[in-house]
Amino acid sequence: MSTGHTIASAAAGHDAHAHPPFLAHHYDTPEQQFGAGKLGMWIFLATEILMFGGLFCAYAVYRANHPDVFIYAHHYLDRTLGGINTIVLITSSLTMAWGVRCAQLNRTRGLIICLLLTLLGGAGFMGIKTIEYKAKWSHHLGFGQANQYLPGKSAPTDQSPHGAEAASSANTAAATAHPATAIADRPARTTSIEVDPNSGTPDEARIKPPFVQPAGLASRASHDGNHRIQFDDLGPLDRNRVFTFFSVYFVMTGLHGLHVLIGMALITWILVRTLKGHFSSAYNAPVDLVGLYWHLVDLIWIFLFPLLYLIH
Amino acid sequence: MSAHAPAILPDLPEHGAEDNYLTHGKGILSWVFTLDHKRIGVMYMFGILFGFLVGGIFAVLLRTELLSPQPTFLRNAQASMDFYNHMFTLHGAVMVFMFIIPAIPAILGNFVLPLMLGAKDVAFPRLNLLSLHLYIIGAVFFLYILLSGALHAGFGIQLPGGFGLDTGWTFYTPYSTSKSASGVVPATMGAFIMGFSSILTGVNFIATIHMLRPRGMTWFKMPLFLWGMYATSIIQVLATPVLGITLLLLAVERAFGVGIFDPKLGGDPILYQHFFWFYSHPAVYIMILPAMAIMSELVPVFSRKHIFGYNFIAYSSIAIALFSFFVWGHHMFVSGQSNKANAVFSLLTFSVSIPSAIKVFNWIGTMYKGDIRLKTPMLYALGFILLFTLGGLTGLFLGALATDVHLTDTYFIVAHFHYVMMGSTLFAFLGGMYYWWPKIFGRMFSVKWGNISAVIIFIGFNLTFFVQFIAGSQGMPRRYATYPEKYHIYHVISTIGAYVMAVGLFMVLFNWLHSIWYGRKAAANPWGGNTLEWRTTSPPPHDNFAVAPAAEDPYELGAWQYDPKIDGWIRPDADALAARGRVD
Repeated sequence: MSTGHTIASAAAGHDAHAHPPFLAHHYDTPEQQFGAGKLGMWIFLATEILMFGGLFCAYAVYRANHPDVFIYAHHYLDRTLGGINTIVLITSSLTMAWGVRCAQLNRTRGLIICLLLTLLGGAGFMGIKTIEYKAKWSHHLGFGQANQYLPGKSAPTDQSPHGAEAASSANTAAATAHPATAIADRPARTTSIEVDPNSGTPDEARIKPPFVQPAGLASRASHDGNHRIQFDDLGPLDRNRVFTFFSVYFVMTGLHGLHVLIGMALITWILVRTLKGHFSSAYNAPVDLVGLYWHLVDLIWIFLFPLLYLIH
Repeated sequence: MSAHAPAILPDLPEHGAEDNYLTHGKGILSWVFTLDHKRIGVMYMFGILFGFLVGGIFAVLLRTELLSPQPTFLRNAQASMDFYNHMFTLHGAVMVFMFIIPAIPAILGNFVLPLMLGAKDVAFPRLNLLSLHLYIIGAVFFLYILLSGALHAGFGIQLPGGFGLDTGWTFYTPYSTSKSASGVVPATMGAFIMGFSSILTGVNFIATIHMLRPRGMTWFKMPLFLWGMYATSIIQVLATPVLGITLLLLAVERAFGVGIFDPKLGGDPILYQHFFWFYSHPAVYIMILPAMAIMSELVPVFSRKHIFGYNFIAYSSIAIALFSFFVWGHHMFVSGQSNKANAVFSLLTFSVSIPSAIKVFNWIGTMYKGDIRLKTPMLYALGFILLFTLGGLTGLFLGALATDVHLTDTYFIVAHFHYVMMGSTLFAFLGGMYYWWPKIFGRMFSVKWGNISAVIIFIGFNLTFFVQFIAGSQGMPRRYATYPEKYHIYHVISTIGAYVMAVGLFMVLFNWLHSIWYGRKAAANPWGGNTLEWRTTSPPPHDNFAVAPAAEDPYELGAWQYDPKIDGWIRPDADALAARGRVD
C-alpha cells in the first residue's frame, strides 16, 4: 500500500518534503500521526476503564448489599503480598515513564534498561499473584466450584480468615486440616476456631461476640478494632453470599492479571523493536503508547488493592 | 466472500485504462490483508449482507411457523416450539450483532468517511483491518451455533458448547446460565469479539474525524454524515466495553458458576439486565444514528436545497448520543425496579424524543419548497421519515409507565422496534447503499427497478408490522409459537407481508448484482452532491484523490449542473476548484 503514495503525493504537488519512513502515507506530518495515535490510545484506555467499570459496579452492588460478607471474606486476602505487589507495580510504572523519557532523548541504552526493569516488575507482580492464587486454591477458596463457600456445598470451612497469611508464613497445616461442615443448614458454628491472626492468642479468638443482628451491626463492631467479624457473626442470608466475594475477587484480579500479561507482551515487542534500532527522538510513538497502557494497568490495580484488601 | 470481488468487474476497456481501488492489486491476499479503507468496506459489505440473508431466512421461517395458531412446522408440538425458540433467538442475535450494528458504520462509514474528509485513509488502517478480521471471527462463532443446531436437529450430534441458541437475543439470566442447553457460551463469545470490532471502528472514526479533516473544514462545516458517525462512535466506544464485560461474566458464570448473575448461587439476575441494557439501549442509537446521518445527506441532495437547520441536526446527534446512556431502565419497568427509578427513567426516555424530532422537522424543512427528485435513495429517505415517525411515536406509549405495563412483551413492542430498527435503519441503509453504490462500484443500477422494489418493500414492511401494533395492544405476547384463534388474522397478514418484503429485498439484490455486470458506467457525481467523495472518480483510485480537494460548504449545491450526456453532475469551475486544492 505504501508503494502508491509516492506517485500520488508527487501528483498532489506537496512533495517538497520527503515522507520519513515511519510516516504513514495518509498523514501529512509526523505531529499529525503522533497526535492521532495518542488520541486513539486515550480513547481505547477509556474503553478499558468502562470495561472494568462493569466489574467495579458489580463490586459496589454486592458490597452495598452484603457489607458484612466483604469485611469477613476480605481477611482471607494477604495484605502484605498485596502491598508488595502495589509497590512493585508502581515502581514498574516509574521505570516505564523513565523509559519513555529515554526514548525521547535518544538514550537507547537507558530505554533498554528501563524496559527490562519494567518487564521484571510485571513478572514479579504475576509471580506474587500466582503465590496468592495458589494459596487460595489450597484452602478451597478457589474460583466457582472450587470454593468451599459455594451455597449448598458441604465445605471444609473450619479455618479462619487470614488462612492465606497463615499459609504464607508456612503455617498451613493447622489452617486447613479440618473436617467439613455444611454451611447451609447450621444455625451456629459448632467447631472451634484454631487460628485467629487478629488477636494473636487462640484464647482471645474463642471469645465470641454476641450474635449481632441485623447484618450491619457486625461490621460496626469490627471498626473498634477489638474484634474481627467471624462466620458466625454473619446474618443467615449473608452466609450463602461469602462465595460472591471470591467470585468478584477472582474476576477482577484475573482480568487485571490478563492485562498485565498483555502489557508485558507489548513491552517485549517494544524491547525487540528498540534492539532493532527503530526508535529515536523523532519517532517513539509506540513506546509512548505502550507506556500509557502500562500506566492504566497500574492505575486499575491501585483501585483494586484498597477495594479488595483494605476494607474496613 | 471477498475473493469474488475483484472478479466481478468485467474487463471493459475503460477499466483497463484507469487504475482504481478495485483493480489496484490482484489476488485474494491483496484483499484479505489490504489496508485500504474502501476494500475493507467492500469486504464488510459481503459479510454483513450474508448476515442479513441468514437473519432474514430465520425471520421468514419464524413467520411461517406463526401462520397457524397451532404448531405449524413439525408434527411434534414440543419440537415445533423448540424450533421456534431457536428461530426467533437466532433471528434477533444475527440481525443485531452481525447486521444492524455494523451495517452502516462498517460498510458505508468505512468507505465514505475518509472520502468525505478528502483523506487517503482512516487514521489507523491496520486497526481497521483488525476490526474486519475480528468481525469475521465473531461471525464464525455464530456460524458454529447454526451448525451445532443443525447437526443436533438433523442427526442428533452434540457439538461442545451446546446446540443452537434459544435464550432470546438478550441472554437473560438465570435461563441462560443454568437452564438452557443451547450454545450460550459460543454466542456470547461471538458477540464479545464483534463488540471489539465495533469498539475499534469507533476509536478509528473518532481519531480520523479529529485528526484528518482537511484545511478549511471546521467542525461545523463537516457534512452531517460525519457528525452522525462521530456520535455513533462515541456510543460504540463508551457502551460496548460494558457489553463486553457483561458477556464475559455471563460466559464465566455459565462455565464456572461464580454466582454473580445466577440467583441460585447468590447472584443478581437484575444486575445482568442493568448491565445488558446499559449497553443495549445505547446500541439502538448505534443502529439509528448512522441512519440519521445518511438521511441528512440524502434529503438535501435529492431536494436540491441546502440542509435546513445544520447546527440543530449536528447538536441533536450529540444530544442523542449523550441521552442514550441515561434511559436503559425503560427496558426494565416490569423487572422489579423501584418506582422511583422507573419514574426517572420514564422522564429521561421522553427527553430523547426531542432531539429525534428536531431531526425529522429539519429534514421536512429541507424538503419544503425543494426541487424533489424521486430517485431510489430518495424513496427510501421518504419511507424512513414516515416509518421513523411511526416507530418513534409508538415509543412514547412504551416510555409511559402505565401503558408500558400493559404493552410490555407484547407484539406492540415487536412492531415498535421493527419500525425503528428495520423501517428506519434498514431503509436508510438501503437508501445509502443505492446512493453510494455508483461510487463504490462505478456502475449505475436501474433506478426504475430500484424504485419498484422500494415500494414493494415499503408495502411489505407495513403489512408485516402495522398489524402487530393491533395484535399487541390486544394482548398477543411476543415469543410464543402458538396463540389463541383471535390473533390468527393478524399473524396471517403479517406473514404475507414478510413474504412480500423478502421478494422486494431479493429484487434489490438482483438490481445491485445486475448493475455490476451490465450497469452503465457511473459518472463521478451521479446525484449532484457537494460532499468531497463526489469530487473523485467512480470508483475512486487507490489513493482516493488525484488532488487533495478543498473543503467548502457541503450543502451548497447550486454550483453543480446536470449533464445528460454523462448522466451526472459537473461543475463549470472544476479546474479552478482543483487548483485551489493544489494550493491548499
